[in-house]
Amino acid sequence: MTSIITRRRFNFGAGAAAATLPLIGAGARAQAPLGVGFIYVGPIGDHGWSWTHDQGRLALEKEFGAKIKTSFIENVAEGPDAARALRQLAQAGNQLIFATSFGFMNPTVQVAKQFPKLKFEHATGYQRAENLATYNARFYEGRAVIGAIAGHMSKSGQAGYIASFPIPEVVMGINAFTLAARKVNPNFKTKVIWASTWYDPAKEADAAKALIDQGADVITQHTDSPAALQAAEQRGVFAFGQASDMKAFAPKAHLTAIVDDWSGYYIKRVKEVMDGSWKTGDVWGGIKDGMVRIAPFNDAVTPAARAAAEELQKGIVAGTLHPFTGELKDQKGVLRLKAGETASDEMLSKMDWFVDGVQA
Amino acid sequence: MTPDILVSIFMTLVAASTPLLLAALGELIVEKSGVLNLGVEGMMLSGAVAGFAMAFSTGSVGLGLLAAIAAGVATAMIFAVLTLSLTANQVATGLALTIFGIGASSLIGAGFVGRTIQRLGPVFPAALSEHPVLRAIFGHDIVVYLSLALVLAVSLFLRRSRPGLILRAVGENAASAHAIGYPVLAIRYGAVAFGGALAGLGGAYFSLALTPMWADRLTAGRGWIALALVVFAAWRPGRLLLGAYLFGAVMTLELQAKAAGVTWLAPEFLAMTPYLATIAVLTMMSLGRRTGRLDAPACLGKPFSAS
Repeated sequence: MTSIITRRRFNFGAGAAAATLPLIGAGARAQAPLGVGFIYVGPIGDHGWSWTHDQGRLALEKEFGAKIKTSFIENVAEGPDAARALRQLAQAGNQLIFATSFGFMNPTVQVAKQFPKLKFEHATGYQRAENLATYNARFYEGRAVIGAIAGHMSKSGQAGYIASFPIPEVVMGINAFTLAARKVNPNFKTKVIWASTWYDPAKEADAAKALIDQGADVITQHTDSPAALQAAEQRGVFAFGQASDMKAFAPKAHLTAIVDDWSGYYIKRVKEVMDGSWKTGDVWGGIKDGMVRIAPFNDAVTPAARAAAEELQKGIVAGTLHPFTGELKDQKGVLRLKAGETASDEMLSKMDWFVDGVQA
Repeated sequence: MTPDILVSIFMTLVAASTPLLLAALGELIVEKSGVLNLGVEGMMLSGAVAGFAMAFSTGSVGLGLLAAIAAGVATAMIFAVLTLSLTANQVATGLALTIFGIGASSLIGAGFVGRTIQRLGPVFPAALSEHPVLRAIFGHDIVVYLSLALVLAVSLFLRRSRPGLILRAVGENAASAHAIGYPVLAIRYGAVAFGGALAGLGGAYFSLALTPMWADRLTAGRGWIALALVVFAAWRPGRLLLGAYLFGAVMTLELQAKAAGVTWLAPEFLAMTPYLATIAVLTMMSLGRRTGRLDAPACLGKPFSAS
């Protein structure tokens, strides 16, 4: 009897000793690559929103090489399933996790609470925590530039806008586009179709066709696939690419595109995690910070449109021109900005009203 | 509302209705033989991804269409073996095939996302196919004309031919057909293969003509609409043609109404009408024998085993 207990104790002791071995090894593995995880709302092959985030991820791999190890999960549905995906990345040993869509907000807040030692970044959201930062790009600056071009290039004075959901992000884009177009053509109209999805090529194409049938000769979108551009190309009207240069899908129709560039921001944040200076916060970079770029112009863009676009870009970068400058009344006549006043970040992030000329 | 715009709306309507018509026509034959195939959506997606993959790899849309048909048949054969030879439950197997089709197409298509091909073009020369008014008749691609020809062919087959009569017999009373000596399972295999072929072709219409690209779940549930359409048409090809174009019209007009800024009627009501109409037809059917012509094939969904 005594010998069995002794053997059991021996086994227990040996097991405990063996269990400490990995910890000894961990000290030597302090130089292990930093795990960086991403969840995307769509497929990386959408050549739009999710693709550009993945390009940012690839830029990280190029910049840091063996010092980081990135992973991603694509096609994560916004909602409770996102929590599962985030937890999966958190448990896989990632230290920094990027949630790249507005609809991931609540799951990200939830999971960030469960993993206080890990760092989370949520794109286009507004909820932050000690270990949860938010970031966004000032796409409305890009929208203003393409709005100026649309104002010059549209013969019918009507644009078709394929929008996803009426969240402030989308609303401010529609408004910025329309305001800029109206500076060129005071009667410019933007007709909006709400697709209720970020990505559904067949629906986006049909929506584009319907808008063209109803008189639009410039198409723009806040959905993620190039299908609307293909429809525009087929019908012989102009269109703008979304999130990336979509010229390959519509060589004649594609005038330019708003290009998202997340690589600079991602590299900066990973560096901060590596040297321990990462802090929560809210970053909202625009054309000036290189997060929003305008794709090269199609030859069809007229000199007047080109000049207007470039002047607007220069003004935005210099800080002398803001796409939302008073005096500004919304569609219902409510005064939103006094003369000379520019919209604050807070007003933009809560925008739920449309300007004159928008049929939404 | 110039004639030009009306013709454009009509062209969009035809394009939206064609995949529905093809998939529903295939399913009509399948159901006439007594098999209930709920896997139409999965077969459409198989056809869509196979068609795009072939067209992208070879540069030929024609080969893409053939590959789509082959993929649809292949997927349908999985269903056929499970339900006909192994007498698995048809409803459950059909649903499983749908889920399989969604996943398999996503996997195979992963390498093709973000690519594009030359769209399937019109059959007639530019003088006719691009004429502002005549293009309503001559401006369509080959799949549209094929779908219309198939409606006629299927209708004649079912009502005026001996094989069609045998098919209907198998669907109405498989035991009697077997007693007479007809190969019930072989006939059903053929019907399921035909249904798969047309579903694959209908799916490929999305990736080769409507939006020449591949994306996850490109067909966005049109397979389910095709199933409802077969019931709505009360298993008659003529009514199927009408129903397909009606459903397509409703889908097209919903977006047109949104674009035109129609506010007195929420466009979503238009989107509901195909389903409401299907429910109405189902209700009429279950109300009794008086509306006998609307009966489903009597053996629909019942497994057959020679005994």
